[in-house]
Amino acid sequence: MGIKEKILTKSIYVFHLSSGSCNNCDIEFLDCLTPRYDLERFGIVVVGSVKHADVLLCTGSTNRQCVPMIKKLYEQMPKPGFVVAWGACGSSRGLFKDSYNTGAPLDEIIPVDIYIPGCPPKPEAVIAGIKKLIDKINAKKKE
Amino acid sequence: MKIDEILKNLKDEFGDKVLKVYKKSDARAYVDIDPKDIVDFTRYIFKDLGLRFNIASGVDEFNGIEILYHFSSDASGLVVSIRVLLKDKNDPHIDTITSVTRAAWWIEREIHELFGVEFDGNPDLRPLLLPDDWPKGVYPLRKDFIVPKRDSRKA
Amino acid sequence: MSHRAHIPIGPYHPLQEEPEFYKLVVEGEKVVDVDVRIGYNHRGIEKISESKSFDQSIFIVERICGICSSSHPIACVQAVEDIAGIEVPVRALYIRSIVQELERLHSHMLWLGLAGHFIGYNTVFMWGWKYREPICDIMETVTGNRQNYAMLKVGGVRRDIEKEHVSYILTRLDEFLHHLDMLKGAVLDDPVLHSRLKGVGILTKEDAIDYSALGPTARASGVDIDVRRDHPYAAYDRVKWNVITQKEGDVFAKTVVRILEMYESVSIIRQCLDKMPNGPIDAKPKDIPPGEGIGLIEAPRGECFHYVKSDGTNSPVRHKIRAPTYMNFPTFRETVVGETVSDATIILAAIDPCYCCTERMLIVDNDDKELMNVQDLIRLSQEKTQKIKERMGRR
Repeated sequence: MGIKEKILTKSIYVFHLSSGSCNNCDIEFLDCLTPRYDLERFGIVVVGSVKHADVLLCTGSTNRQCVPMIKKLYEQMPKPGFVVAWGACGSSRGLFKDSYNTGAPLDEIIPVDIYIPGCPPKPEAVIAGIKKLIDKINAKKKE
Repeated sequence: MKIDEILKNLKDEFGDKVLKVYKKSDARAYVDIDPKDIVDFTRYIFKDLGLRFNIASGVDEFNGIEILYHFSSDASGLVVSIRVLLKDKNDPHIDTITSVTRAAWWIEREIHELFGVEFDGNPDLRPLLLPDDWPKGVYPLRKDFIVPKRDSRKA
Repeated sequence: MSHRAHIPIGPYHPLQEEPEFYKLVVEGEKVVDVDVRIGYNHRGIEKISESKSFDQSIFIVERICGICSSSHPIACVQAVEDIAGIEVPVRALYIRSIVQELERLHSHMLWLGLAGHFIGYNTVFMWGWKYREPICDIMETVTGNRQNYAMLKVGGVRRDIEKEHVSYILTRLDEFLHHLDMLKGAVLDDPVLHSRLKGVGILTKEDAIDYSALGPTARASGVDIDVRRDHPYAAYDRVKWNVITQKEGDVFAKTVVRILEMYESVSIIRQCLDKMPNGPIDAKPKDIPPGEGIGLIEAPRGECFHYVKSDGTNSPVRHKIRAPTYMNFPTFRETVVGETVSDATIILAAIDPCYCCTERMLIVDNDDKELMNVQDLIRLSQEKTQKIKERMGRR
């Protein structure tokens, strides 16, 4: 804790992981990177490998096939790292909780730091969520 | 060609093999046949009449597994569905139609893993949708497979 | 001496929003085989639908796919209306057409952006998505949400289009059209793109018919099918519009079909807003009798097919959902074998796969060969475009 977090909050590297989503959340996430909402002006960058990531952004309703992958990717993410559960599906599997092919909710598989609810969450909600994440990291740093 | 013409052509070509015809409207008709005739009917409808193959859907009924093959005529805006009933639920078999249309490859794989129907002659019936560790012999879309309602905050 | 290499794409990579796993078997530069493993998105929606009522299952069906968010519900309600023979009020039919066409606009523009990224035209990606925002704004004004619209119900629509919204919609559409003209000129008249995309990933007409390919994928190969004209639904038989087809079947033809379809969509929306009569928007059906029904509609990617069987209770006995990508996907194997590795991503993108609609996936056997990851594949694709630009003396 300390200087790593300070640097982290200035420029968050995000790795996007979808474990069986309807794609709405994924499209809204990509929308956040496009000129109207432009998360990149806050220093947020999407990376292609989880080994470069600070934040693991999870969408999707934790399909059974994806559960081992979620665990593996979380382990491979360098610490300190944070997890954002995106959307109703990320928070609690959403409408698909009664399906035979969804596993446990995300926060029983890996520890989640921020939940951004919505189906899909609007880009404004996303920006608010990122702000809360940065505040949370800064608050932890002070302890 | 209009729906009456298609139904008449089927009757003329196959005679008694057409077990039952239900014409619901000018755009929908359901034709019942015996499972062993499916390849001949498919070949006639797809190749000779030139209808497009939409999809095949299975239903777990009390008296067997029913499979409906849906074909549409885009020139006339109608859908003709061919119904077969596989009476033996423990070991349902039917011939594959992949020799007639390659569109049936994935469709038969899906019905195989979700209902347990064997498509004789289909070389590739690997699981398509379900995870690798799904138990064998458990078919999710059968009525005896019941998914318990879960609390959203627990597994 | 050629050796075989296996290139896995997926299951997680930056611009492919959904997890899929493809293994391309390559010999040197050419793709000789491809295998797909799907199932990472299979959510068992058909089974969930059997335990919900007809009204509730529309909300689940909406979330089959975020991009075709109004297509699946329209097909679903049409299937239920087919069972009961319900007559939908005329105003509701026009509203359904408007929502459907707005969705087609946003989906094709989204596709244009993604395809631009895959071949290295990142400005097309950023601008395509930026100019898609007016459509999302219209959706938010009319339906209340940018993505999941919740507009459909059995027997009609849930919300009306107010008079004040009509002029707002027309203004934003004019803006959209202006930007579409610019993107069309940039994309269709670019000789680099002609060289890059023409003759790549050709799907012949015979293969398109044999695989029952649908939507722009089939229309680009000369197969003249469009559910809006062939099985008229909503208000498509009350307005004038054209079906766009091309003959070549390559990636460029698919691009042309999608861009020209956007113009047709704008025209349809304008006509619908003009001709929409006043009146009720809901037939208020009471019971659904036992029976079977089929609903067919033209989603942005092709025909969506829903089959519903009812036994007189409030839940369906069986709800079969078939999305267009399910039929288009196997054509990927036909079109990519024989092409070079650097074209693999754009050929895949050209069928506009919506895996969440298809809910599927696959793998080839493991040999001890060198592996490349998907970022390398996208980079190869972008480098090929760069080489073509240099050869033509452009930067």
